[in-house]
Amino acid sequence: MTPADIRDEILDILEDIAPDEDLGELKDEVAFREQLELDSMDFLDIVMELRKRHRVQVPEEDYGELASMHSTVTYLTPLMKDLQKA
Amino acid sequence: MPRDFLKGASDEYDVIVIGSGLAGLTVANVLGRAGHSVLLLEQHYKLGGMATWFKRPGGHIFDVSLHGFPYGMIKSCRRYWSQEIADSIVPLKGIRFENPMFSLTTTYNREDFTKLLTSQFKIAPEKVAEFFDTARGMNFYDDQSMTTGELFNKFFPGREDVHRLLMEPIVYANGSTLEDPAITYGIVFSNFMSKGVYTFEGGTDLLIQLMQKELKKNGVDIRIRCDVEKINVEDDRVQSVTVNGRTIKAKSVISNANLNATIFRLLGEETLDKQFVEEARAVRLNNSSTQVYMALNPGETVDESLGDLFFTSTAEEFKTDLLLSRDVTSRTYSIYYPRTRPEGRPRTLIVSSTNAHYKDWAPLSDEQYEASKQDLIKTTLDHLDRYVPNIRERLAHVEASTPRTFQHYTQHVAGASFGTKFEGLAVSRALPDQVKGLYHAGSVGIIMSGWLGAINYGVIVANDVDALLMKQVGAATQPVN
Ligand SMILES: Cc1cc2nc3c(=O)[nH]c(=O)nc-3n(C[C@H](O)[C@H](O)[C@H](O)COP(=O)(O)OP(=O)(O)OC[C@H]3O[C@@H](n4cnc5c(N)ncnc54)[C@H](O)[C@@H]3O)c2cc1C
Repeated sequence: MTPADIRDEILDILEDIAPDEDLGELKDEVAFREQLELDSMDFLDIVMELRKRHRVQVPEEDYGELASMHSTVTYLTPLMKDLQKA
Repeated sequence: MPRDFLKGASDEYDVIVIGSGLAGLTVANVLGRAGHSVLLLEQHYKLGGMATWFKRPGGHIFDVSLHGFPYGMIKSCRRYWSQEIADSIVPLKGIRFENPMFSLTTTYNREDFTKLLTSQFKIAPEKVAEFFDTARGMNFYDDQSMTTGELFNKFFPGREDVHRLLMEPIVYANGSTLEDPAITYGIVFSNFMSKGVYTFEGGTDLLIQLMQKELKKNGVDIRIRCDVEKINVEDDRVQSVTVNGRTIKAKSVISNANLNATIFRLLGEETLDKQFVEEARAVRLNNSSTQVYMALNPGETVDESLGDLFFTSTAEEFKTDLLLSRDVTSRTYSIYYPRTRPEGRPRTLIVSSTNAHYKDWAPLSDEQYEASKQDLIKTTLDHLDRYVPNIRERLAHVEASTPRTFQHYTQHVAGASFGTKFEGLAVSRALPDQVKGLYHAGSVGIIMSGWLGAINYGVIVANDVDALLMKQVGAATQPVN
């Protein structure tokens, strides 16, 4: 998966998690929490979805890497680059 | 021959969950849904743990712990249970306070509290806003040195009336005191303040019925009357549990039993680090409760101005230890109008709850115990009569429960209603470092207790277990998509 594919995938997961939010305006460099009403359970959901969909493991000490879209994609790129796009 | 409650159960599962409180049910559901084979073992004949109810002749159904929870329950139920469950969650309409310092009715959210604090309590709006923002910004990993009492004194020095308004409901919600870390207060208070207090329309019986349906759909093997005696460990790894004379193997075991009981009764300290054992032993349990359950005669109801939740106290001062004493000065009434169970027979019920210490009730002889229960009922009715005149003539049924009752039904050490104090969270989280594959999920650390806390903690632990099981399957397996 390319960084762009990963970004799409994260958007797709966020749509499930926060169905009431408008994700079209999302700024990649700004923390999710400053733009969306996400709490710590929402971040856990992202982790669980990644594992379910792609068998990617994000250990607890790395949860901080999921702060913004940019940091998430940067963190996931080496972990997901060899995966096939769905 | 006694009935075999494990008839047809396999000898091995991916996961065994001990206990069907809301945390245990949620772990089982999330892992079952993820495709793992799950065995859920409950010692009682009903699922739900503290989330329970009981029926009395005449169509009266009493809820034990359905007094109110935060808005976040809707999201958690939708995600980890079903839309149908989430759709039954509705707001409470009125929360009323009556004590020597003030009397008021509120929707119990930030907007209404800001209005009350600025107009009735004459606090500067900036102070109120700053307090709310501080509370909302608190995280469980923040500094714990400040206590709730210190937090109040920082923002509202000398204003015991304000402290009371801010604290009394939270004391009832989770047994915390002014001496507990401020973060536990801030997190729980902010959860409520975001949108007010919610309840489950249809009652606890409907909730548990819907959860059971969901568990079955997700392939969870549910067994009641299965009292787990032992968790078996070999080479620092969990192997199996001993239950009803059988040994059943599992790759992972999650205990929803009381933290203390899990470590010292089910596990035993032999296999554990000394330091961990010491930390576990030092975990303080939260308090227990007494309740008086009152059913009005069929056809009778009370005016809704009584509120859904009614915090009363006759104590002149506000002290959290007074809220725990057997010499009751404070009571919280939950009023269940016929709308609580729209599908059921129209009934009105009132449940009075007080926080209580197990040690005040444990040593009583049978006779003293019975007399104390009768006294609890009498004083409660005397008190309620002020707000619901002639309450005695209008009652179809009344009975009481005590810390001993809670201990009996859930096997919680000392009948603890709200799990453990804050330090219990770290011990609960550290259990898998002691014994691979063994987890604890259930009310701990104040913030992980209550209906929402227990469900969310169940999800957090299910996530850990799912990660562990995936690792065990090995990296050889291909991605699913
Ligand atoms: C009087 C009262 C009022 C409350 N009011 C509210 C409220 O208004 N709002 C709110 O959010 N929360 C409330 N709570 C708290 C809330 O009910 C609990 O925090 C929550 O339900 C606890 O869930 P749990 O998963 O931790 O486990 P529990 O409900 O404690 O369940 C543990 C389960 O494990 C089972 N078990 C134990 N040992 C074994 C064994 N060895 N083998 C098999 N099974 C075993 C027990 O039988 C039980 O079913 C109240 C609690 C009480 C007591």
